[in-house]
Amino acid sequence: MAFKQLINGGALLNTSESKPLVKNSKKLFALLAMFMLLGTNVLMAQTETASATTADKPGVDWLSVGYYVLLFFLLAISIAVVGKILKVYDLSQQIQGKKGIHWNNVMGIICIIFLIAGMIGAYWEFTVQGSMSLPEAASKHGIKIDSMFLTTTIITMIVFVITQILLFTFLFRYRHSAKRRAYFLPHNNTIEKIWTIVPAVVLTVLVIFGFFTWQEVENSSDLKGGPASINIDITGHQFAWEIRYPGTDGILGKKNFRLIVGSNKLGIDYKDKHSFDDLQADTLVLPVNKTVRLNIFSQDVIHSVYLPHFRVQQNAVPGLPTYFKFIPTITTAEMRRKVDDPKFEYLLYCNKICGGSHYNMQKVVRVVTEGEYRQWIAKQKPYLTYPLMKELKLAQAGQNKNISQNRLALNN
Amino acid sequence: MSTLSVHDHGVVHHEEGHEHHHDTFLTKYVFSQDHKMIAKQFLITGITMAVIAMLLSILFRIQLAYPDKAFPLLETLLGRFAPEGRLDPEFYLSLVTIHGTIMVFFVLTAGLSGTFSNLLIPLQVGARDMASPFINMLSYWFFLTACVIMLSSFFIQKGPAGPGWTIYPPLSALPTAMKGSGMGMTLWLISMVCFVASSLMGGINYVSTVLNMRTKGMDLWKMPLTIWAFFLTAILGVLSFPVLVAGVVLLIFDRSFGTSFYLSDIVVNGQVMPFEGGSPILFQHLFWFLGHPEVYIVIMPAMGISSEIMSVNSRKPIFGYHAMVYSLIGITVLSFIVWGHHMFITGMNPFLGGVFMITTLIIAVPSAVKTFNWLATLWRGNIRFTPAMLFAIGMVSFFISGGLTGIFLGNAALDINLHDTYFVVAHFHLVMGSAAIFGMLAGVYHWFPKMFGKMMDEKLGYLHFWLTFIGAYLVFFPMHFMGLDGVPRRYYAFTEFASMQRWLSVNMFITWAAIMSACAQVAFLYNFIHSIFWGKKAIQNPWQANTLEWTTPVEHIHGNWPGEIPTVYRWPYDYSKPGAEEDFILQTTPFSQTMSSNLPHDFEDNPAGMDELNKWTSTQKANEEVK
Repeated sequence: MAFKQLINGGALLNTSESKPLVKNSKKLFALLAMFMLLGTNVLMAQTETASATTADKPGVDWLSVGYYVLLFFLLAISIAVVGKILKVYDLSQQIQGKKGIHWNNVMGIICIIFLIAGMIGAYWEFTVQGSMSLPEAASKHGIKIDSMFLTTTIITMIVFVITQILLFTFLFRYRHSAKRRAYFLPHNNTIEKIWTIVPAVVLTVLVIFGFFTWQEVENSSDLKGGPASINIDITGHQFAWEIRYPGTDGILGKKNFRLIVGSNKLGIDYKDKHSFDDLQADTLVLPVNKTVRLNIFSQDVIHSVYLPHFRVQQNAVPGLPTYFKFIPTITTAEMRRKVDDPKFEYLLYCNKICGGSHYNMQKVVRVVTEGEYRQWIAKQKPYLTYPLMKELKLAQAGQNKNISQNRLALNN
Repeated sequence: MSTLSVHDHGVVHHEEGHEHHHDTFLTKYVFSQDHKMIAKQFLITGITMAVIAMLLSILFRIQLAYPDKAFPLLETLLGRFAPEGRLDPEFYLSLVTIHGTIMVFFVLTAGLSGTFSNLLIPLQVGARDMASPFINMLSYWFFLTACVIMLSSFFIQKGPAGPGWTIYPPLSALPTAMKGSGMGMTLWLISMVCFVASSLMGGINYVSTVLNMRTKGMDLWKMPLTIWAFFLTAILGVLSFPVLVAGVVLLIFDRSFGTSFYLSDIVVNGQVMPFEGGSPILFQHLFWFLGHPEVYIVIMPAMGISSEIMSVNSRKPIFGYHAMVYSLIGITVLSFIVWGHHMFITGMNPFLGGVFMITTLIIAVPSAVKTFNWLATLWRGNIRFTPAMLFAIGMVSFFISGGLTGIFLGNAALDINLHDTYFVVAHFHLVMGSAAIFGMLAGVYHWFPKMFGKMMDEKLGYLHFWLTFIGAYLVFFPMHFMGLDGVPRRYYAFTEFASMQRWLSVNMFITWAAIMSACAQVAFLYNFIHSIFWGKKAIQNPWQANTLEWTTPVEHIHGNWPGEIPTVYRWPYDYSKPGAEEDFILQTTPFSQTMSSNLPHDFEDNPAGMDELNKWTSTQKANEEVK
């Protein structure tokens, strides 16, 4: 506002140079004062920290806090100074009858710089960070998902590049000029029809591809006459996964959440004879090139079974059993060679917020050959341990009674 | 109809003319029923909430960048929520939850719609005030109550709600499941009920004002795109928010009265719970039936504001006005039948997933039309880079970048692997977070002279824009690639996975970019507050815009216009019309005054006007021949 007076004042040219200097020196003063103020603060804080550290507790490092605050203030002040200088320059130019800074030109040029820098940055991200993304799909359906992904990426990236280039070049090319008038173009039906129909067609293609890919991925019925898939139960609870393999009979026994106790943490119903040989495992071991059906359960809150390398994800919902069927195609050993990392492991982790330790709810997944799988499964222990067996003999009698009572209650 | 309402308002204004002098501080600034004051109240509350939510995000960003480091300062600030200078994992989730809730509901719904619908609907359609000023006032006070309740949850023993802003049960329904599902969750639910009441009262007011109180000559096809956007947003809100309340009330029942709407087969801490027969998926259906329209409630006002600002500052009519309106209508209708794309992998019937995928990808068509029309509006314009214009452009850039990744996520097959990863975080922060907040900031810069009668500083606006724009891209662009590597969202730390540790440097980079963007907001806050009190005085029509609000005096008066409400004769986008003296023609200028610039197109449904135009052109021709 001081500059308005400046323009109105009589001896314009003379004062225009001295006044801003005064102004700037005032600024400098303020800056110095700020420095000293903070300096004293920091010193005082230092003594405080000294006393705090004696109290056997990691005290707040006020010195560095003050440092950052000071840094920010300095930055803000230097921006203010630069702003004032620009304003003064602008006004002095105007007073001399020249035009001040053409901010429209400046912004136009920054737009172009942003476009070029942005495109380079995006390219860098694609090459450097893009190469950090997941390795090739390790499952049969995953390959289809990946090709769908590639198609979508190519189409959207073309649109992305073209539209961003148009946006920012238009900004630069048509930046304001007092000599020019904008071109009055309220509408053009032909071109509007084109750019409604073209995206519609492209999206139709994507929808059709996507729909069929989705149908194939989610198709869960076993082929008639084909080999039955391996059923594996995976149950999530805060904050771990329990894995259950069927025993030699290949069938998983029934479960009931009401049966859950410390010794029977899955609530396996041992009245079902299929449950006697059910096995428990610490690792999800899968034979390569065999259809696996994960039956997914949750005991408390919603979890999500996420196996990114296999492009598998399905929520675990309490009260709603879900499943996902897939065929792993690359063994862990093979994948280790492919990603050139001898420690590589496939992982299963939770991908739906489930509480405080959500960030650490993982299981190792190992894909092995058929032979290795047989060897491994032979070593696994059944859920039905001897002490449990004993306990159950007692408990079961009581339970039968309970259930019959429930029945009665229901009938009423 | 419109003649009648104009007459009515004349009377209302007359009465208010007397009342005007009796305004006390309380009735003018606090319990105000004037839509302009309520708009300011919404704006300032919205900005305050935005700053709070932004600071929360910085807190959890610090945790993600330095998971192994202790910051004693955090303990000083947060006490038991950050023991020994490290965020508590459950408090981290609370931070994420409250950040999301505040940003989506309190800033981008109430702060955006509340501010600009209240300010602009009466001013741009030519009304003295809202249809029901009292309900309008209540709307603000319910909103403020909701804000206070939400923030108060930071001061209770177990801390604020923590199951994510989507509050999926059973996590949110079982107080024993996590700290954030206790009292904090109860407060969240109460706050949300107040909020929905507020937004319903607002929405009903907006709809009825737009439908019934337009000035003479303001037919629907002469409304600015801002009004179309606010109108359709309000309809969306009125139809979808009640469903959220239904969902929330059932959740309250499950939490407090032992019902089993959402709960079944649950064992917590080894204890078998009695719930049976409910379905957690039901809540997700109810939630997303609001939740998806909600993202359009957030983005559509930003679209309307940007369209208007881009037209004014390109000095060009918005390209394809009708297509812009129809695409808004298309988005409105479609947004009701796409909610299932949030639930592809929840165990919903896969066939239903396929259907939702089709409807979701269809919604990309109107969005594409809008983008191309914006680009065409800029083409051969005469672009003035005001800060508002820059933010509107930023909105378009974000909308493109974030919108395109929506094509991945809307595809059920691709969603399997991308669901709930950082890819999603990047997507929605660009397309509805950054884009919508840029629309809001554009609106603040553009209508600041109308709200406060002062101008904001342009250079600070430029600085604010570029730092925020670049910062937002630096924050959200790398997140896409984290998502492609299967890095899940809402993880407290990535230290437990060897495969995720290599993203630590990227996380640090993102955090510093976020801190930079946050610091840039100081430029805005300083500019905003400083300009309210010491800014340059605004003139009546600083941007040389056509719409009605710029015909009102700079000093606010009850009833907006001192005399009769002006009559509207033309659409709002007659910029740079060939043959016109200036490069803008106010909506209140009759065609008879602009014979030299009239086009046959202006009289498509007005035969009398067309005759006049023909007569005029023939006399012009005759004159030329004489010469």
